[in-house]
Amino acid sequence: MAVAAETAQTTAPTTPTGLTDRAKAERKLAYILCAPAVLTMLLVAGFPIIYAFWLSLRREDLRFPEAGEFVGLSNYITVLGSSTWWNDLGNTLFITVISVALELVLGMLIAQAMYRAIFARTAIRASVLVPYGAVTVVAAFAWRLAFDPATGFAVQLFNLDPPPLTTHNGSLFIIIFAEVWKTTPFIALLLLGGLALVPEDLYKAAKMDGASAWQRFVKITLPLIRPALMVAVLFRTLDAFRIYDAAFIITRGANDTETVSILGYNQLVNRLNLGLGSTVSILIFICVMIIAFIFFRFLGASPERR
Amino acid sequence: MEYSRNQKILWALGTVVVLFYALIPVVWIISLSLKDPTTIGDQNFFPREYTLDNYDSVFEGGLGFNRALINSIGIAIITTLLALALASMAAYAITRLEFPGKTLILAGALAISMFPAISIVGGLFNVWRNIGLYDTWPGLILPYLSFALPLSIYTLSAFFREIPWDLEKAAQMDGATGMQAFRKVILPLAMPGVFTAGILAFIVAWNDFLFANVLTATDAARTAPVALSYFRGASQFQDPSGAIAAGAVVVTIPILIMVLIFQRRIVSGLTAGAVKG
Repeated sequence: MAVAAETAQTTAPTTPTGLTDRAKAERKLAYILCAPAVLTMLLVAGFPIIYAFWLSLRREDLRFPEAGEFVGLSNYITVLGSSTWWNDLGNTLFITVISVALELVLGMLIAQAMYRAIFARTAIRASVLVPYGAVTVVAAFAWRLAFDPATGFAVQLFNLDPPPLTTHNGSLFIIIFAEVWKTTPFIALLLLGGLALVPEDLYKAAKMDGASAWQRFVKITLPLIRPALMVAVLFRTLDAFRIYDAAFIITRGANDTETVSILGYNQLVNRLNLGLGSTVSILIFICVMIIAFIFFRFLGASPERR
Repeated sequence: MEYSRNQKILWALGTVVVLFYALIPVVWIISLSLKDPTTIGDQNFFPREYTLDNYDSVFEGGLGFNRALINSIGIAIITTLLALALASMAAYAITRLEFPGKTLILAGALAISMFPAISIVGGLFNVWRNIGLYDTWPGLILPYLSFALPLSIYTLSAFFREIPWDLEKAAQMDGATGMQAFRKVILPLAMPGVFTAGILAFIVAWNDFLFANVLTATDAARTAPVALSYFRGASQFQDPSGAIAAGAVVVTIPILIMVLIFQRRIVSGLTAGAVKG
């Protein structure tokens, strides 16, 4: 059709607007076909963000619905001036950085194992999809119940004292493990897709030239799978930053493990404070934009150029 | 590549480690779900005696799990069908038609897939309460749809781009009508992509916890993961862990079956959507 449109444009006489009837009809059809999807995304994802921004500039508390008024940036001053926000941001960044780092290392190992697997190729791919298919809430429960001092097997088995779910760092790491377990397969599959594109001859040539396995990995594999790697890291970083499910199920913010998403949830749902809750939401949105910008600008991740 | 004996042992060992990594938490939750409620605190990995008591208590109705399961299934299926219909139309236009704004749509969809859900859930909470969508199926289907659409559009576009569309014309030249050409030639070629996008959209809706937790209040629309998170023991002294584990297994099984049957498609869908673009 693209070819047809081009030839139509060069051969047929153009109308005053510069478009042939055929090209106009094609545009109209395209807009009609895209409209339902685009409208849905605009109304259900685009509009609420703008609405949340407006709410964040107001005092809006559902317990006192009459007292709503425009307060400018005062909600932002309240949130950014509280130690809770910075503390939760610290927790969230800690979880994000450690999870993504662990996922990368594990994901690379799993991708290599899948790529080199000599037996049970299908079984290994199927089993790696099991964590991917598990609902996040279920993954979180599996880890929480395993480390629960009353029902779990892990505390006794590994002789953990004090039980990790009673401490700050321990709880953070259980959240991280649940997250890592569930999402590493995603990274591994993306990396496996990258690995498949590396020509086997390169490895053979490098081996003949005396390159060690580590050198082959660093000098051949890494540069060649970099695009796949960066996309995987970008998506997972954004995903890990908005962590909610696992943190909610495992601690609900206890032991000082609240994440920014849980903070936003608590403000919105438990305190019914739409103004402050929306402020937290918008700040999370800004953080995500900053992270995405850093990746696009400085780390060369570009989902478009893949 | 040829392997030496040591390498073979190494990679075989790697395979076993990966299998353990992937399966231990699932085996654990299954084994916990089969434990007798009185021995649930024995801290063993495997149950001493196997029983289905936990499944009985999950399904007997007191926990609202049956209704939540129906909500989850219905909402996920409707989301999937709507996402496929809307995304197929958009992806067809994007891959086959010339129009300005094409890159804008793709970029916008990509941006939405990066949106933190928490940023839009507050606004939806307030709007839904005012227009009567709070605690209803459509109230959840709409946000799921808006997050499933970017994924579906990208996946379907990647698949549609690979279809040799000239076949459609060839079939028409051979005397097929436009509809026949579409039904007998194009549709079978497009099905794998549609299928993959459908599975990914289903997983988006089935897996969600945040929207369902904020935008529902009662059995009317509460989905299974949220119901699971509200499980409490029959009395304050009863540990709900067994029931939670049983519920967790029930929630996981449909997805696992789907994932295992269609693993090849899911893998190609994930990598097509994210690597090749």
